[in-house]
Amino acid sequence: MADNIFTRMGDGERIEMSFSEIKDEIASGTHDAADRGKIPELSAEERDRLFEIIIEPGRTVSVASGEEIVVTDDSAAMLACLGQDDSGVGVPMSRLTAYLNYERVYAADTATVGHVDFSYKPVKSVINHELQEYYTISQSTTIPLLYGAQPNMGLYFQPDGPCQNPTELLPLGKIDEAREAMESAAELMIDDLVFVGKELAGIGCEGLNFDTAGSAGDADFFAALQAARSLKSMFPSLPVIMGCASEFIMGMHGEIDFEGCRLAGMYPHEQVKMAEAAGVNIFGMAVNITTTRSFAWNLARAITFSKATVDAADIPVHPNVGMGVCGVPMAELTPIDCVSRVAKALVQIGKADGL
Amino acid sequence: MAWTQLALKMKINDAKQYVANKLGIGVGSLTDEDTVRPVREDLGIGILTAVPGRPAGISAKLKIAELLDININSVDLFKNNIGISG
Repeated sequence: MADNIFTRMGDGERIEMSFSEIKDEIASGTHDAADRGKIPELSAEERDRLFEIIIEPGRTVSVASGEEIVVTDDSAAMLACLGQDDSGVGVPMSRLTAYLNYERVYAADTATVGHVDFSYKPVKSVINHELQEYYTISQSTTIPLLYGAQPNMGLYFQPDGPCQNPTELLPLGKIDEAREAMESAAELMIDDLVFVGKELAGIGCEGLNFDTAGSAGDADFFAALQAARSLKSMFPSLPVIMGCASEFIMGMHGEIDFEGCRLAGMYPHEQVKMAEAAGVNIFGMAVNITTTRSFAWNLARAITFSKATVDAADIPVHPNVGMGVCGVPMAELTPIDCVSRVAKALVQIGKADGL
Repeated sequence: MAWTQLALKMKINDAKQYVANKLGIGVGSLTDEDTVRPVREDLGIGILTAVPGRPAGISAKLKIAELLDININSVDLFKNNIGISG
């Protein structure tokens, strides 16, 4: 058997690597994750298992019978009818048709309804339309039907929102002003998330998805946690999925705490404990791709974080496996050879409860 | 499994065991199409293919909620709308 295989870089480029190079990449990737997150590296057995998964000859790979898990998503059903901006294929159909198609043709485990402008701030403006669409779909679907959007605190800063923009204040050394802006934006965002959540709960929403929480840093993450806590206290039976934007909570503010813990700098195994404290039902960890490193390096890194997060968590963990996260290359058409290996490795080594 | 993870925050292996117990099958049979299809049809919790008159959508979810002993918000709203308590 030849000891070179075709694999990929983090940007999806197809390359050839030797077995020894792949093993070196795995060792380097897990070490990087362990060093950053202060978590254990993958064991020798786990690194060997990951190597075996990567070098499997099939274009697609899968788990053994009995190892299957469930999948949640961020409005993947709408890929049928959306355009390239959303990685969609542009087939004209209603959202109802798209969701029934997703449930019955693609046999999805769950589905998440979302607006084409997939953030809570714009959804607030069209909430009545979204309520009607969700309600109509929910009467016909049998699988769990969530409603999702991104908290996306960046929309609350000028020019898109009312608050001063911290990315303009910080380079001017206006630290206090930048922090005030982020705190103001966080308050506005909490109000919007809670408003939308309350409206949806009123029409029988089966679950909420806060997608890419923390995308604008620690204040963004804080606002999502606070909103989740508020909604769970009002509606204890309303499930909340919280997916994070990245492996590391950026300390844009730097002095925001939740449950007495500093949010800035948190890695997924720490983020999940904050989500648990807020009452979240399922946590979606994210580990960012480095496009200039190999698939093996990126996947080893993601698995290392996944193991630590699942070990720390008392709630289910669904690693995000969209483009550019948790080992999936950053490419518009994510290569199936990589996606299937990511899924298998996250299940068998990362011990994920879902994807 | 997904309903159980959402409603009861169960990790995957616990969710599989819980659902298998409720369905009266082994964990290893949960993904066996040949085993599960008649079970789902008998329990009225929805099947993949379109069979007119069989539970689907909100009616299937009502049966799922009863079977798994969980709350599903859309089902609670439906029951409230038609005057069913509990």
